[in-house]
Amino acid sequence: MTMHTLSVLVENKPGVLARVSGLFSRRGFNIDSLAVGETENPDVSRITIVVNAESSPLEQVTKQLNKLVNVLKIVELDPQVSVARELLLVKVRADRAARAQVLETVSLFRARVVDVAPDTLTIEATGTPDKLDALLRDLEPFGIKEMVQSGLVAIGRGSRSITAGPALRAA
Amino acid sequence: MTRPTPETLAHSARRARAAAEHSGAAEHTPAPRTTAVPAPPAVRQAAPAPVSGAGSLVRSLEALGVDVVFGIPGGAILPAYDPLYDSTVRHILVRHEQGAGHAATGYAQATGKVGVCMATSGPGATNLVTPIADAYMDSVPLVAITGQVARPSIGTDAFQEADIQGITLPITKHNFLVQSAEEIPQVLAEAFHLAATGRPGPVLVDIPKDVLQAQTSFAWPPTLDLPGYRPTLHPHGKQIREAARLMTTARRPVLYVGGGVLKAGATESLRRLAELTGIPVVTTLMALGAFPDSHPQHLGMPGMHGTVAAVYGLQRSDLIVALGARFDDRVTGKLDSFAPDATVVHADIDPAEIGKNRHADVPIVGDARHVIEELIAAVTVEQSAGHRADLGDWWTQLDDLRERYPLGYEEPADGTLSPQHVIKRLGEIAGPDAIYVAGVGQHQMWASQFISYEKPYTWLNSGGLGTMGYAVPAAMGAKVGKPDTVVWAVDGDGCFQMTNQELATCALEGIPVKIAVINNGNLGMVRQWQTLFYNERYSNTELGTHKHRIPDFVKLAEALGCVGLRCETAEDVDRTIEAAMAINDAPVVIDFVVGKDAMVWPMVAAGTSNDEIMFARGVRPAFDEDDI
Repeated sequence: MTMHTLSVLVENKPGVLARVSGLFSRRGFNIDSLAVGETENPDVSRITIVVNAESSPLEQVTKQLNKLVNVLKIVELDPQVSVARELLLVKVRADRAARAQVLETVSLFRARVVDVAPDTLTIEATGTPDKLDALLRDLEPFGIKEMVQSGLVAIGRGSRSITAGPALRAA
Repeated sequence: MTRPTPETLAHSARRARAAAEHSGAAEHTPAPRTTAVPAPPAVRQAAPAPVSGAGSLVRSLEALGVDVVFGIPGGAILPAYDPLYDSTVRHILVRHEQGAGHAATGYAQATGKVGVCMATSGPGATNLVTPIADAYMDSVPLVAITGQVARPSIGTDAFQEADIQGITLPITKHNFLVQSAEEIPQVLAEAFHLAATGRPGPVLVDIPKDVLQAQTSFAWPPTLDLPGYRPTLHPHGKQIREAARLMTTARRPVLYVGGGVLKAGATESLRRLAELTGIPVVTTLMALGAFPDSHPQHLGMPGMHGTVAAVYGLQRSDLIVALGARFDDRVTGKLDSFAPDATVVHADIDPAEIGKNRHADVPIVGDARHVIEELIAAVTVEQSAGHRADLGDWWTQLDDLRERYPLGYEEPADGTLSPQHVIKRLGEIAGPDAIYVAGVGQHQMWASQFISYEKPYTWLNSGGLGTMGYAVPAAMGAKVGKPDTVVWAVDGDGCFQMTNQELATCALEGIPVKIAVINNGNLGMVRQWQTLFYNERYSNTELGTHKHRIPDFVKLAEALGCVGLRCETAEDVDRTIEAAMAINDAPVVIDFVVGKDAMVWPMVAAGTSNDEIMFARGVRPAFDEDDI
């Protein structure tokens, strides 16, 4: 099993996410991460799906996804030639004694403190899933009170755009 | 209403049949299917005019050329029924929404046009779920229109509310929840376009009651906005040339023909391709009639209850050319042992079918008619370059199997009426111009085996979903679509009890279908599996239609406004069928009381390899050692 990152361009209409996620759940694929947002064209949304699957069943799901009337285009992003980021917000225990050490970790990972309370710090970090995992490992000993992570978003490197194309302009 | 008795009818049967032949009643060439992506399916133009949402719906149906809608009114859809009252669109009031759905399916399968059904919200809509799933599995162009509770009530568990869009998400090609009255013409046009083009399928349009009641203006034609829908119709030339090269060099090729060939209106082209190459043909359950059963190159139906020659032909082939077929488990048997030596050319309009079950060495995406026409051209080029395989040895093997293992049956030892005999005679008497509609089970398999299908669109059944209860309403829909054609439903006593209420619809609406109930008193196919795989422990398969004669199908038929006939002996079979053939002013039901122990053979047991095909109980075909 390997991780695959799919960029799915869809019409920005109600219910599209249910159609897309339904195809994955029906075949027993667990979606590792999912992120949805508008693109430069407000009629088009981009769904980034990370799924752990064998290639051949994934190909079948991709073909089924392509059959959905609201799906405009699907591209599998190669990690070698794409940039992928997640956003993490984490609330860490940081009393007077630990605060300096926590702040050191924050600056080491080029993260930011976005909220301060007497005994906690809330930290914002973006990066690849690997980097965020490493950050969490380092923060764990202080005590993580709460955390939330966005889905992965990814974009291909270079000047080519997957949103260029007649079907997408028509949308 | 006075009706002739069976006795008097028997005399006039022959005369009636002769008259029918003369009057051209046999003509039922289906309308040519248009699978090309067309402009909006406008039949005329209309300048903007003020109407209600409901009025806009009905005018859209008129503009789309709909001639009949099967349905039942109810609270949420009620506004639509008011303008429908004055419309040129015929509405047929069915007795159960499932009947509306299957009737629309039967109509679509017999005519090639989009079938339309209509129901109210909640239970009306959920009763359509089975026929929608059925149409999805068999790729039938169907548009289901449902009422929904008013927009402010959606999501509040309002009376008769069901999220039918959510429920039908995985069983429709696409579905819509209409958000405003203005979008009704466009949504309807898109729904019909989606249902009919590419790989056909069911589309549901859910319309809230307040949208139907809102004031809007109707204009035609609307503009379709489906940027994500672009079916590929024309195949790739390189793949076609590769397929043609294989077809002219393979030693043991088979054309594996599925329902897509019928959907594409490609049966004439198929015949030319088959005759050009001399390659043996098998037609799946969904494709019966796509290639004449009587054609010398036809090996029959493959699969679980296919002919030995068709099953063996695929299994031992070195090249399978699949045309509009999907390597269904009932055809392949155990997948890893299916046709181990075959190179596969797989042509389908749906790219998701290619490689889904069996790896395709040469994938071809395209409409079957374009694919076959281009294959004909490419094969002709190969042949004129002198490439032509000698299929002599292959045909010798296949002919030998056909001769040794023809389709057949044994007369029951207990003296009961043989169901196969009844079905065989029905096919011979009603002939190749009639339309045959089957339910699901033993009778369906016998009808696929013992009736000779010579023409396309003469065999309708529920292939993929296997929906018991399909036959009566689907026959009703087929008869509405082809009023001058004789339509026979071949049904089982189990199936018939699921949907026979639509015979009341047939009687009142003047839809004279004919129903042959192959009554063995049991859920026959289930009983057959109990006989073979469950130690003859007949758990819950006895229906009591023999033992207690409950229900009495003759009385039931009469109560539903039909003519009821009964036949219990071989001597009465022809006479009873002829009596039914002579009745053209009312639906007829024949209760054929047949033996319960007859079984469907040949059989490849579920989950086993096609190599394990049994010709009869305990009898495996003897293939030459070299063959296996």
